[in-house]
Amino acid sequence: MTLSGEFLAFMSLAIVAVVGGMLLLNLTKVVHMVLGLFFTFASIAGIFILLSAEFLGVVQILVYSGAITIIMLFGIMLTRHQDEEEQPTVGAWKRVLLLIGVLSFGALFYIGIYGLDFGTTPAALHVSNTEQIGMALYRDFVIPFELMSVLLLVALIGAIVLSRKDDGKEAEKQ
Amino acid sequence: MSSVPITAFLALALILFCIGLYGALTKRNTIIVLISIELMLNAVNINLVTFSKYGMTPAITGQVFAVFVIAVAAAEVAVGIAILLALYRNRRTVNIDEINTMKH
Repeated sequence: MTLSGEFLAFMSLAIVAVVGGMLLLNLTKVVHMVLGLFFTFASIAGIFILLSAEFLGVVQILVYSGAITIIMLFGIMLTRHQDEEEQPTVGAWKRVLLLIGVLSFGALFYIGIYGLDFGTTPAALHVSNTEQIGMALYRDFVIPFELMSVLLLVALIGAIVLSRKDDGKEAEKQ
Repeated sequence: MSSVPITAFLALALILFCIGLYGALTKRNTIIVLISIELMLNAVNINLVTFSKYGMTPAITGQVFAVFVIAVAAAEVAVGIAILLALYRNRRTVNIDEINTMKH
């Protein structure tokens, strides 16, 4: 493992991503947690670009850093957020057990990926990346792509219907 | 061969997934639980993109798959926040321990 520019970029992005995740776990105010997670999402976009997926990197910034973070902030502002993430109702016991469980899960999978190397030469995915994705989408994945549009429409209408004020109930109150 | 081994990318994804899993299981605020789930989906996306570059048969398919995952995640967040707001309007709480009507 040489100390190349790619390695340095990967290390700094990875550290920012993990620190953002740690902030999510450890901060007390909900808004701060979301802002900490913003760093994670942005550095994951950088990781995508390192992995020669420029299109996905930009999509990541648009959708995650932009849309999802903002929608989460809206959700927090519209609900009660003044109270700090109040004292854990999950007992210290359960917390420790969960930590052990998650850590052993991580260790188990790390054994699986340690020293993994397929030895294949990476494909030239960075050459006109967006064009390649477009070709694959419209040639091989047309039906899933169209289904995705239906899914987004259903989610849109469903979200509006769910979050709309109940007119009947309002009328009863008056 | 590239200077960053495939293990490094997979390990980063694993760490992020573990953080998301722990957050989803321990946090009490429903919004934070939703965000933790997003973090887990993102970790999976890193894995997909890594395998699309360094995997057994490198191809663009992994990135296309990641695009689909992002689209589904966005739809999921929209519906999740809508359900959360409807719940908050009725119950005045976002604490996940108090949202247990369907349990009893």
